[in-house]
Amino acid sequence: MSPRRRYVPEPALATEGGSVDAGAWGAMARRSRLAFLGKWRNPIGLVGAGIILFNVAVALFGRSAWNVDPDEQAYERLLPPSWANPLGTDELGRDTLARIIHGAQVSLQVGLVAVGIALVAGTVIGLLAGYYKGIVDALLMRVVDIMFALPGLVLAVVIAGLLGPTRRNAMIAIGIVITPAFARVVRGAVLEVMGYPFIESARALGSSGLRVMIRHLLPNIGAPLLVLVTTYLGTAILSEAALSFLGLGTQPPEASWGGMLNSSRLYLDLDAWLSIFPGLAIAVVVLGFNFLGDGLRDILDPRLGPSVGDVPVQK
Amino acid sequence: MIGYIIKRTLLLVPTLFGVSVGIFLMVRLLPGDIIDILLGGDITATEEVKQEAREQLGLTGSYPEQYWNWISGAVQGDFGDSLRNAEPVSAILRDSLPITLELVFLGLLFAVVVGVPLGVISAIRRDSARDYAARVAGLVGVSIPNFWLATLLLLFTSKVFGWVPPLTYVSPFDDPLENLSQFILPSLAISVFTLAIVMRMVRATMLEVLGQDYVRTARAKGVGKNKVVYRHALRNALIPVITIVGFEVGVLMSGAAIVEIIFGLPGVGNQLLQAIFNRDYPMIQATTLVIAVIFIGFNLIVDVLYGILDPRITAV
Repeated sequence: MSPRRRYVPEPALATEGGSVDAGAWGAMARRSRLAFLGKWRNPIGLVGAGIILFNVAVALFGRSAWNVDPDEQAYERLLPPSWANPLGTDELGRDTLARIIHGAQVSLQVGLVAVGIALVAGTVIGLLAGYYKGIVDALLMRVVDIMFALPGLVLAVVIAGLLGPTRRNAMIAIGIVITPAFARVVRGAVLEVMGYPFIESARALGSSGLRVMIRHLLPNIGAPLLVLVTTYLGTAILSEAALSFLGLGTQPPEASWGGMLNSSRLYLDLDAWLSIFPGLAIAVVVLGFNFLGDGLRDILDPRLGPSVGDVPVQK
Repeated sequence: MIGYIIKRTLLLVPTLFGVSVGIFLMVRLLPGDIIDILLGGDITATEEVKQEAREQLGLTGSYPEQYWNWISGAVQGDFGDSLRNAEPVSAILRDSLPITLELVFLGLLFAVVVGVPLGVISAIRRDSARDYAARVAGLVGVSIPNFWLATLLLLFTSKVFGWVPPLTYVSPFDDPLENLSQFILPSLAISVFTLAIVMRMVRATMLEVLGQDYVRTARAKGVGKNKVVYRHALRNALIPVITIVGFEVGVLMSGAAIVEIIFGLPGVGNQLLQAIFNRDYPMIQATTLVIAVIFIGFNLIVDVLYGILDPRITAV
């Protein structure tokens, strides 16, 4: 996860076309930060973006397009897919499509809130550890190590279980569990940026620690953070489904993909459709985020070059 | 080498201490008075009854005192009694631990046995159709929820073969075949994620190693293609892969926790979840600690293995 060279002012660029004043340079830097979107070469990333756009559209407008109450027991029970109920009905005669649409809203909400928590907490921890180094770094990273000593889902189950089984608590639990990953990546990226001369010059010019962190470090770790946010949105959605499946997330009768999958288990022999659609929804959305993350990594990590499904070698 | 092993082991002490304190505090600091919940809002309960319950749970005294009582017992294998049936927690763990470990072991075995060759093929046939298929499959593999996969596997075997695995746990010492038939579906379900990770990692490290000078030298002096791949390259390519295996054990344990419930296996994950719903605090503390210790232990083994395979590590 290296910062992109492009962010560092290069003399050759700065002298192009005569003298460039500070304002123009700022505008140029801002433009170049978005320029990566023009470098899209990985078809997988586009597929991922398409899946996610579709999912967001379903969550936002699904209810308007398919105006059926997800909780109303209006139909016959355990119907197979038909024109009236495109995805069939469940064990209480509720429309599965309406419940899947509601589940899309639930999973998106949980994903955004949980990743939001981890993004803020992890960035603060990582910035502090990477900037101050020494004892601050050692202490914070020990806490992070300790959190990594428990398998993610186990920690989430314990936190969500002790807080009490509600969706709000599931979001908090997932947020806490993925925070260490954010902290570690941010710290690594910060340490790398800290090595560039512009940090030293900022400090020599009298910038405070806070200013260096906000004005100089934060903008330069955007690339790895963007990839991290994308992939962890998928992870958070998967975790919410797992917690709801275990009865520790969204509580019935409210529809959630994990909860639907859990209640379908009793009807596996009678109606297989019930266990297929919610699982498919989870898998496709998580796949979308992983595809998009893969595409973003491609354009943001210059070491890899364009390739599908590649991973950086860890050393 | 021995010095290295001792050093790695000693480094675990602060981690284990931190983890146990973390678990201890988590159970106590998260909102909700344990005693009120346990007595189920019984308003007739007198202060004496509550005090008695607190003493029984080891919840009296200062935190350091409570911690010391808990951890000194835990080190000797005494985790107190389960609140649900007054059975010693250690006895429950002794029965449930082998089940989870078997699941994790089978899952890991499958992931490595299938994942490594797929990664090698993907690397030596770089950018071929097969390589692309494997890479996309790798991304699909990390996206499928293991609990859905487990459900689908059950659905598939019951619809196609009319077969479902035995519903009550069979010990491998009583009937190894029956035991295996019971564990095959859940361990397959949890291994897919790890398989995909292993495959992608092997592919990446193989590509790196195949580009190195000694591989070209071996080819130039006339060593056969297969021998170069499997003897010269794969050996070095596998070293970094070993490091992710330690982490994957955690992933597999998370997976085991959830598929144990689907398949009705009384493993540690199943016990933990029951304990959570029953607010069985001694049980929650003990299972979480044991899971952490296993995870940390696996990572120690991985570290040591890494040191043996790559002497540069131990030299530092």
